[in-house]
Amino acid sequence: MSELALPKGGEPRATGLGAAAQHVRYVLRENAVTGFAFALFVMIVLAAVLGPYLVPYDPLASDTAAALKGPSLAHWFGTDQLGRDVLSRVIVATRLDFFIAIASVALVFLMGGIAGVAAGFFGGWTDRIVGRIADTIMAFPLFVLAMGIVAALGNSVQNIILATAIVNFPLYARVARAEANVRRDAGFVLAARLCGNGEARILLAQVLPNIMPIMVVQMSLTMGYAILNAAGLSFIGLGVRPPTAEWGIMVADGSTFMVSGEWWIAFFPGAALMLAVFCFNLLGDGLRDIVDPQRRT
Amino acid sequence: MVSMILKRLVLAVPSLIGVVIVTFLLTRALPGDPAAYFAGPAATKEAVEQVRVKLGLDKPLLVQFVHYVGDLSRGDLGASLTTGQPVAIEIRTRLPASAELTLLGLILAVAAAVPLGIAAAIRPGSIIDHACRIVTTAGVSLPVFFTGLILVYVFYYLLGLAPAPLGRLDVFFSPPPQVTGFYLIDSLIARDGELFMASLKQLVLPALTLAIFSLAPIARMTRASMLAVLSSDFVRTARASGLSGFTVVVTYAFRNAMLPVVTTLGMVFSFLLGANVLVEKVFAWPGIGSFAVEALIASDFAPVQGFVLTMAVMYVMLNLAIDILYGIIDPRLRLEA
Amino acid sequence: MTALPLLDIHDLTVEFATRRGMVRAVEQVDLSLAKGETVGIVGESGSGKSVTSYAVMRILDRAGRIAKGSVHFSGLDLCAATEPDMRNLRGREISMIFQNPRAALNPIRKVGRQIEDVLLQHAQTEPSQVAEKAIEILDQVRIARPRERYHAYPFELSGGMCQRVVIALALACRPQLLIADEPTTGLDVTTQKTVMDLIVELTRARGMATILITHDLGLAALYCDRIVVMEKGHVVESATAKSVFTAPSHPYTRKLMRATPRPGASLRDLLPEEEAAAATAPVSSEAMTPVAERTPLGGQTPLLVVEKLVKEYPRKGAGTSFRQLFARKPAPEPETFRAVDHVSFVIHRGESVGLVGESGCGKSTTSTMVMRLIDKTDGVIMFDGQDIGAIPARQFARLPLRKRIQMVFQDPTDSLNPRFTAARAIADPLLRLGDLKGRDAVRARCEELARQVGLPVGLLDRFPHQLSGGQKARVGIARAIALNPDLAILDEPTAALDVSVQAVVLNLLQELKQSLGMSYLFVSHDLNVVRLLCDRVIVMQAGRIVEQGPTERVLSAPQEQYTRDLLAAIPHPRFEQHA
Repeated sequence: MSELALPKGGEPRATGLGAAAQHVRYVLRENAVTGFAFALFVMIVLAAVLGPYLVPYDPLASDTAAALKGPSLAHWFGTDQLGRDVLSRVIVATRLDFFIAIASVALVFLMGGIAGVAAGFFGGWTDRIVGRIADTIMAFPLFVLAMGIVAALGNSVQNIILATAIVNFPLYARVARAEANVRRDAGFVLAARLCGNGEARILLAQVLPNIMPIMVVQMSLTMGYAILNAAGLSFIGLGVRPPTAEWGIMVADGSTFMVSGEWWIAFFPGAALMLAVFCFNLLGDGLRDIVDPQRRT
Repeated sequence: MVSMILKRLVLAVPSLIGVVIVTFLLTRALPGDPAAYFAGPAATKEAVEQVRVKLGLDKPLLVQFVHYVGDLSRGDLGASLTTGQPVAIEIRTRLPASAELTLLGLILAVAAAVPLGIAAAIRPGSIIDHACRIVTTAGVSLPVFFTGLILVYVFYYLLGLAPAPLGRLDVFFSPPPQVTGFYLIDSLIARDGELFMASLKQLVLPALTLAIFSLAPIARMTRASMLAVLSSDFVRTARASGLSGFTVVVTYAFRNAMLPVVTTLGMVFSFLLGANVLVEKVFAWPGIGSFAVEALIASDFAPVQGFVLTMAVMYVMLNLAIDILYGIIDPRLRLEA
Repeated sequence: MTALPLLDIHDLTVEFATRRGMVRAVEQVDLSLAKGETVGIVGESGSGKSVTSYAVMRILDRAGRIAKGSVHFSGLDLCAATEPDMRNLRGREISMIFQNPRAALNPIRKVGRQIEDVLLQHAQTEPSQVAEKAIEILDQVRIARPRERYHAYPFELSGGMCQRVVIALALACRPQLLIADEPTTGLDVTTQKTVMDLIVELTRARGMATILITHDLGLAALYCDRIVVMEKGHVVESATAKSVFTAPSHPYTRKLMRATPRPGASLRDLLPEEEAAAATAPVSSEAMTPVAERTPLGGQTPLLVVEKLVKEYPRKGAGTSFRQLFARKPAPEPETFRAVDHVSFVIHRGESVGLVGESGCGKSTTSTMVMRLIDKTDGVIMFDGQDIGAIPARQFARLPLRKRIQMVFQDPTDSLNPRFTAARAIADPLLRLGDLKGRDAVRARCEELARQVGLPVGLLDRFPHQLSGGQKARVGIARAIALNPDLAILDEPTAALDVSVQAVVLNLLQELKQSLGMSYLFVSHDLNVVRLLCDRVIVMQAGRIVEQGPTERVLSAPQEQYTRDLLAAIPHPRFEQHA
């Protein structure tokens, strides 16, 4: 019970969309970092969508004469061992990595989110089955399991997406389940039953809108992890195959040259990777503030 | 107390069963011909058939599973194509290398993250707090292999402070007589100070890489947990009773705050065991991670299967240990039964 | 003649930095306390009573600060004191106890050790003797078997015992001043009395001064020498308990006095004088059919008949089945827990029946079963001649019968969907079970309902977090009456509200009952409120009905000891009071 004498119901306040926009603007102003993350996010999306049309060089074109040249005016990020322009490859890789991240997150949200919500809301056997599946997946170190899945199913982008989704399933299921569980016996759910709502309608129309914001925050945070996962898999040779431009595999290619001083081949893709993940994490934190200020970390 | 430990042991069994079943499915219920996987890409048709019969891959799935479990119970994880050695032996010899690295990385991470998290929670809004938030967000964003490479570039190539990332020991040294398999401990037992330093020097960069990687979730959780506990009712009571700052923070707040951190360690182990693989590749560390990666590149399948199984079993055991530790610390769980 | 006061607060102003700028929680507060005196600070939520005491102890939140004024304790300037000085004072000279006792104790530390910490910190004993001293202190707060309880953890103790431990902590070093911040809120009524009596006995015996912070005027009047009344951060009245209680001078105090339910007062009497006079005419203009015209009390078939209702829950604990596997002897305890044990009662049309009991007595479970939100284990529930107990809860939601039994919930915040506007919440039953067609018709009905419950129509498009507690309660009531139910179950509908708001809401409920011809099942732990609103009352304990009958009879001449205990536990100030 707060003892603060805050004004309640005094001056008329904006409602609905207006209030939401006001709140977002307030948070962005308070937290310049979130605004920065949002701007970065927009840049990444632009690079993913428009990048391939704007790159100075063909990312696959090799030019052995210009191999292993450091950053210069002609090649801002230098060239790799096959003479390919690193800048072009980094930009083009944005699309692939971004696509992998979005696809994995969408897939795991559908699988884990729905399973978790159903488990939390209906309980009983649904809960037990979902719990068993999640526990079995959680029994493995997640990256190791992803390795195992891609190794078993074969190197391809689809399999990376599938592996990432499977590996993240327990987390989503658990978050969704916890949120649904808390609301299952909430007063407004009981009241909804009294008003003649069936269970399915309560779940979709009443409970889900309350859970969505938290799931969106989770999705933003997992985007970063999905990219790291895909990059890690490519780094050890699973997943994307050369000569496709993907950040992880570019770092792998460049790692041997790091020791001998040609740092730019691995550095720029790695930095791009870091920037993207950093952006998604900041965005997730910022979204969490907008959605529920009490949970600020 | 004993009943609590027993209860947890029993609860770990379904996880182990699940692990065995999943690894079985991963390797036998694949699209394509499992026999071809195990025989290797260079095998002839006859060789593939031989492998199929030898591994019993022509029998029904259930019979295969029984054989699989039987093999596992005898410690038979198959044989590596490239080395010809039984996988179980390879894993056993290489496990200490990975364990030493992971443990050192974890110790470094905890030693840095916990004080950082506590300091950030005690002084919210201060420089330490902001530093903590930056470290945690950045740490979570850095790809672990990238960190390793940067460290190698800066400390080996540019500054010349660290040795070449070529494994556990420089070429000039030979490993100490095997007691634990941990070079640091074994060299101390053998009273070989020079060997100890040499091993340590090789360990620093890879352990640091792992530490930076796991620092973030531990610091984040410590800070969040301390913040929550410091604003709880019983800490308010402790303050209102005039208890000293040290007592309030350490005896009252810290012990309660550590409970969620202990459970976070489970998640951190999961990350670490995965990151291990990547770090071993960067630093050419002869552990089980690099063993699996080399096997992958050579399309040698049995080691990968053995690796996944070993890691999973280790992880289940680690989680069990954490659960038991938690039960010991928290009397509410100890006395509930 | 006046000795130096023990505590002297002068012109105290406390500010908090919030998102909306600096907020003054406490403004220009003057308060003084002599040695051995007991002063009560009374106020509703937001009055600043707790903040004042936090300021005295200097344990304000990080965002708070003392902007102006001074606090002197035994001549010492507390505002200027250093933190080490304050730490010396806290627990040793000035102690504080809080509400929610179990949360106030370290959950993973034995209670004996927690008392020792305080003793050692303030160097009250030799380290070798500290355990004995702790046990002695546990004994002084009347904890049975103190030597055993020394080793207990808070979760092993009941709420009342935890509060005794908190009192033990506070009094361990024999302070001169005890600040008790709502020490009995959240405890059962019978436990409240024993805890308050203990506090008073110990503080009087040691000649301690006490500040009792509470929202309950009756409690303050019974236990305090003087009362200070606070409203919105200001002190509005400060006088002896007797004069505040019998002749309040400030309008706010008068309003508070009037709003407190007490024997001899009717519902109208709870309202502030001006509103009571104006409210002789009914609030709602439509549907003003006198109750007599609708259905006579009794005589006809009762609206609700409950016969031998039982609800059992399996005893929790995953370990039960596990233990059974390894146990050699059968388990001594029954494997199920009976929340409701053969409960029978009736409700006639137009009648208002109260269901009272302490926490855990089964009243909420009973009402939830009658509501058909959970299924019974055994027994019969007949509503208007139909056996509704036989219909599973899941199916009941879609039946037309659903319309006729509705509920007003205890926690107005929890019972409103945070993502629905007030209008949408009120419209929910209309959309699902009503037969109104078209958005305009629904909206019109919502506005009509809002007017009926006294909710300004302009607030209909607000979200719950933009409404006050009283406004949310009205939304909940509007939703419950939207379909003109025959039976409305009110589950502690005013427990979470300030007493002045409660007065208004209770009057509203009475008017609605009369104008809409509803029957009420009023679940509460507050006997005074039940006396005001209910024709008959049922007393429950441990899942059984202890006594039932007409309210006046049960509450003035109870036949069972438990009912007598409940009545005795209500604080009755000693002096006469004006109605």
